Amino acid sequence: MNGRVLLLGCGNPSRGDDALGPTLLTRAGAWLIGRPDLDVRIVEDFQLQVEHALDVADADLVLFIDADASASAPFCLRRTWPSRDNSFTTHELSPEAVLHVARQVTRRDPPPAWVLGVRGEQFELGAPMSVAAHGHLEVAWDELLELLDDPRASAWDARAAGW
Amino acid sequence: MTHLLETAAHPRALRRVAIEPLTRVEGHGKVTLLLDDQNRVHQARLHIVEFRGFEKFIQGRPYWEVPVLVQRLCGICPVSHHLAAGKAVDMLVGARTLTPTAEKLRRLMHMGQLLQSHALHFFHLASPDLLFGFDSEPARRNIVGVIAEHPDLALQGVKLRKYGQEVIKAIAGKRIHGTACIPGGMNKALSEAERDALRRDIGQMVAWSQGAVALCRRVLDASPHAPIFGVFPSNFMSLIRADGALDFYDGGLRARDAQGTLIFDHADYTHYNRHIHEEVKSWSYMKFPFIIALGDEDGWYRVGPLARMNNADFLDTPLAEEERRAFRAAANGGMQHATLAYHWARLIEMLHAAEGIERLLDDPDITGTDLVTKGERALEGVGVIEAPRGTLFHHYKVDENDVVVRANLIVSTTNNNQAMNEAVRTVAASYLDGQRLTEGLLNHIEVAVRAFDPCLSCATHALGRMPLQVELVDAGGQVIDRMVRGADGVIAEGRGAP
Repeated sequence: MNGRVLLLGCGNPSRGDDALGPTLLTRAGAWLIGRPDLDVRIVEDFQLQVEHALDVADADLVLFIDADASASAPFCLRRTWPSRDNSFTTHELSPEAVLHVARQVTRRDPPPAWVLGVRGEQFELGAPMSVAAHGHLEVAWDELLELLDDPRASAWDARAAGW
Repeated sequence: MTHLLETAAHPRALRRVAIEPLTRVEGHGKVTLLLDDQNRVHQARLHIVEFRGFEKFIQGRPYWEVPVLVQRLCGICPVSHHLAAGKAVDMLVGARTLTPTAEKLRRLMHMGQLLQSHALHFFHLASPDLLFGFDSEPARRNIVGVIAEHPDLALQGVKLRKYGQEVIKAIAGKRIHGTACIPGGMNKALSEAERDALRRDIGQMVAWSQGAVALCRRVLDASPHAPIFGVFPSNFMSLIRADGALDFYDGGLRARDAQGTLIFDHADYTHYNRHIHEEVKSWSYMKFPFIIALGDEDGWYRVGPLARMNNADFLDTPLAEEERRAFRAAANGGMQHATLAYHWARLIEMLHAAEGIERLLDDPDITGTDLVTKGERALEGVGVIEAPRGTLFHHYKVDENDVVVRANLIVSTTNNNQAMNEAVRTVAASYLDGQRLTEGLLNHIEVAVRAFDPCLSCATHALGRMPLQVELVDAGGQVIDRMVRGADGVIAEGRGAP
């Protein structure tokens, strides 16, 4: 039985490769119209914030989607867990901190979560996505389809293990 | 008010302490402290990679796109840019007075933004400092630490934040990238069902906001830092309503000096450049606005919650007004100059916003459907609002083809630029011994800057974080001490001179 999936994506569509997350979410939204059997909720924001802990808490599987300047091209897929985030965040939280906040405010373990970090190169205001990012986007999209097609924690773990 | 930032005769001969980037502050900041021969802090320079490319981003676009477009300038306060741009574009279509429903919807949206922004700042960014003290271990001084030790408080913060977002979503149609403001009005009416959904929880939001003000007062009253930390005199500027009430959305410009004497009052913001001017300095990307009547040396000012609370004659909601009176009484009726008073003022505003939302939701006009008006076209428009961090200016000129040919934005953090430098200098002068960098010094500088809630950059947020680096460089350019605080909050090995 498929669970409730949350696609929690971040990015600014007007900042170059930062558009990777929103673009993937837009594609997923269109694709999901043809898959009414899947229970997938899409949440898009500029960046992760404390209130996303409440979105996370309502799901069975969570996939964070974001541009990642440190990921190997074309993308990384990794399992992630709640963690005390000591990174002195700015006005944003890490995926791990969001999960941790979810656990603290709901007083129960958050659902299993993964991060799909798509390699981004440049993030200037007003810039289009780079040529490289367009290539990474296509490969990441194929991966996202594979994940959505089998929304089980064991299946997602198996795919993450390949990265 | 002579500032001590630019007074060194030979700044190159001063020792430098460089701190970068500031944490829990949006964007990348770097602090350079210039020391004299006696190791006293003589100058402070807060280097900020400011919003760049704003004008280029906007110019060449048709004016009706601008309110939507500018939301992408900043992931922290997109609604503020949306509203300021909306007001400027209203002028372009000759809509000097909006329909009652359109104006109230904008005010409601603005209150939602203020509520969520101030909640984030207090519960997420500032409360760790206030609740645990500046010198507590870094692991505790973040939101996770707060949640661990104050789970109910943290949940309130998360839910206040969420509620503010829901207000914005109800009016704009979605949480981000909404199209609420259109030239001359609003794009969408608020349905009775949407209003009723917001009504259900607003009483709780008011109560939590009231509790947050009380908590902040208790913490500041008990803090040995509060009365002395980062206290410096300055001018203050904000919008003010015609009757002297605090107004976040509209009004005239009011500026007071450090003693509370009016410098200008109810000034037409469309002529803001008759009152303030922006100075460029070679060492910073960010401009330094100042009040023209006082000159660039003495004319810098503070904006934001502290300025608004000092400037307003009253607040028009009862609970917040009671708190404002207490705030002013604590300064014996004079101006509050303490940096940490920003937090107190911010929470009074959060309460004011919650009460304001409650009042607007009870207003029959809020579900009206008369949303748009227009008048005689113009080629120039100025929109000014009080954003969560302070006064925000949007100024556009368009050509006969409706294309923006000139844009000038003065964002809140720019208005506070010189004041933040002064806060850093004041704090560093008190806590740097000139011999060795300490984590405590970093903490104190961060606390001072964070009190302004600066939004230093943008919505770029790609995964991956930068560490905090501190270097002490002597007059000959030699790095004699270095601190690196990693993304995990731990001081890295390699402490000391390289």
